Amino acid sequence: MRRYAPRFVALAYLLIILVGPLAMVFRRAFDNGAAHIWTTLSNGDTVHAFEITVLIAAIGVPLNTVFGIVCALVVVRKRFPLKGLVNAFVDLPLALSPVVVGLALFLLYGRDGWFGGWLNAHGIQMLFALPSMVLATVFVSVPFVAREVVPTLREIGDEQEQAARTLGASGWQTFWRITLPSIRWAVIYGVVLTTARCLGEYGAVAIVSGRISGQTETATLRVEDAYSSFDTSGAYAISLVLAAMAVVVLIAMTFLKPKEAAAA
Amino acid sequence: MSIEIEGVGKRFGDFVALDDVSLEVDSGSLTALLGPSGSGKSTLLRIVAGLENPDSGSVSLDGEEVTGRPPQDRGVGFVFQHYAAFKHMTVRKNVAFGLDIRRRPKDETRERVDELLRLVQLHGLADRYPAQLSGGQRQRMALARALAVEPSVLLLDEPFGALDARVRKELRRWLRRLHDEQHVTTVIVTHDQEEAMDVADRIALMHEGRIQQVGEPRELYDEPANDFVMNFFGPVVHTADGPVRPHDLEISLDETRGSFEAMVARVVHLGFEVRVDLLDGAGRALSAQLTRDDEAQLELERGQIVFVSPRNGAAGSVGPPGVRVGDELVQ
Repeated sequence: MRRYAPRFVALAYLLIILVGPLAMVFRRAFDNGAAHIWTTLSNGDTVHAFEITVLIAAIGVPLNTVFGIVCALVVVRKRFPLKGLVNAFVDLPLALSPVVVGLALFLLYGRDGWFGGWLNAHGIQMLFALPSMVLATVFVSVPFVAREVVPTLREIGDEQEQAARTLGASGWQTFWRITLPSIRWAVIYGVVLTTARCLGEYGAVAIVSGRISGQTETATLRVEDAYSSFDTSGAYAISLVLAAMAVVVLIAMTFLKPKEAAAA
Repeated sequence: MSIEIEGVGKRFGDFVALDDVSLEVDSGSLTALLGPSGSGKSTLLRIVAGLENPDSGSVSLDGEEVTGRPPQDRGVGFVFQHYAAFKHMTVRKNVAFGLDIRRRPKDETRERVDELLRLVQLHGLADRYPAQLSGGQRQRMALARALAVEPSVLLLDEPFGALDARVRKELRRWLRRLHDEQHVTTVIVTHDQEEAMDVADRIALMHEGRIQQVGEPRELYDEPANDFVMNFFGPVVHTADGPVRPHDLEISLDETRGSFEAMVARVVHLGFEVRVDLLDGAGRALSAQLTRDDEAQLELERGQIVFVSPRNGAAGSVGPPGVRVGDELVQ
């Protein structure tokens, strides 16, 4: 019996912390029947909110993937002063509350902010529009790819890359044929985490977006909107879709993985 | 293709890895860069390959200066101690890598890879991944991969260092045979003097970032340029006439000219040779090496008093003679 104890504890913890609340969301979404779910989800503003969310993720994820890989390569492979500082800065978004990030962007791009005046004069609307929402989301999801890739790069070392160079490969060829395939699982895992973070971002976006329904409202903001206007089952319905999206991303990853195990 | 290294220097921070090193490697030869760890031999090899840039000096391949040129433009083959196998590629893909980069026709690549895999005796394992190979197989794959692009120079950095003793011996014989068939100018880095003597035509012995002596294995052994070279190639006994090798000590039961008295402490039979541990008059330990026949004639026993002398002309061939009778055995 004793040897089952750790498993039991782990399972119970997951049930209480994760599965329980999710199950409740699922159940409560159906409180007012399936028809209400459909009404909520087919509402124009809700559809728009999901479109905005996906659009932000579609911009933020590739951006942070490229940055994360470049950043990891620089941190692991290059020697330069202040390297430790770069390394620490990448982690900053993990330590910083998203609300603070939102506020900082607000101060920077607001009418009286450092960049706000100039941008306004040139007719570029940052706040209460897509650009600042993308910026806020990109900021909070910066660390994930870099954090996954750095240890993998350290582990594989640079001998394979050196071997490729002596065999005639240029820097680009070496990256595409040797480095990227070697770190691809770290990259994919980082992308999954980044995607999840982009889809779920709330705090920073809540501040800079102005939360205008049908215009600058993301899915997470829409959930809060529905909840505060006493449409709880509507809020649960949108939450359900958000949760489903996360599950799909995770399942997609698990399906990709076995091939690798067979190859290695 | 010949290699000319001229006045190469390299520092890593405060550490001087190479101090004004010059070396010429003849076309088609097999040269060993030998030395203890930290002597700069690997750094020198990596500078020849372009994997490291020298702070000063120049490297030329076949008379053409290549200093500062990136490794992919030098036409060298490089083999790493830890194989540097491309883990996500099959053996075939690994070996074909250089040819794929050069966009050779598919049929030609296939043919060449098959030929190389037969040469390194891996033709049955073409579709395996490196993780499914033994260390020796991985290194043979790495060698085939380096040879695929027909390099003008083959550079091997402690290629057998990570393998067990038996495989190591097998592979170095095999490398020597390969070299005799293919005649690619080859430089092998090793810290193992036996390996260097077994495989190479010429040895450059390095220590503290400098080349101590270059020559045929026999030259370095018989005519060492300094104490370091002599000590590196085996144990040394210091006698009144200068340093000698243990096998150059003669033991006799009667006093002869120039001999000194010693007591037999132990007789160790090592197969063909017999090592006799001795204590001289001052109580210092030294060892002599005899053949089993010589020992059988003497019938040495523990506690016996014998007379030891350096074989004629063996002592004092090294620079500054260590004139200390019966000094301890220096490994």
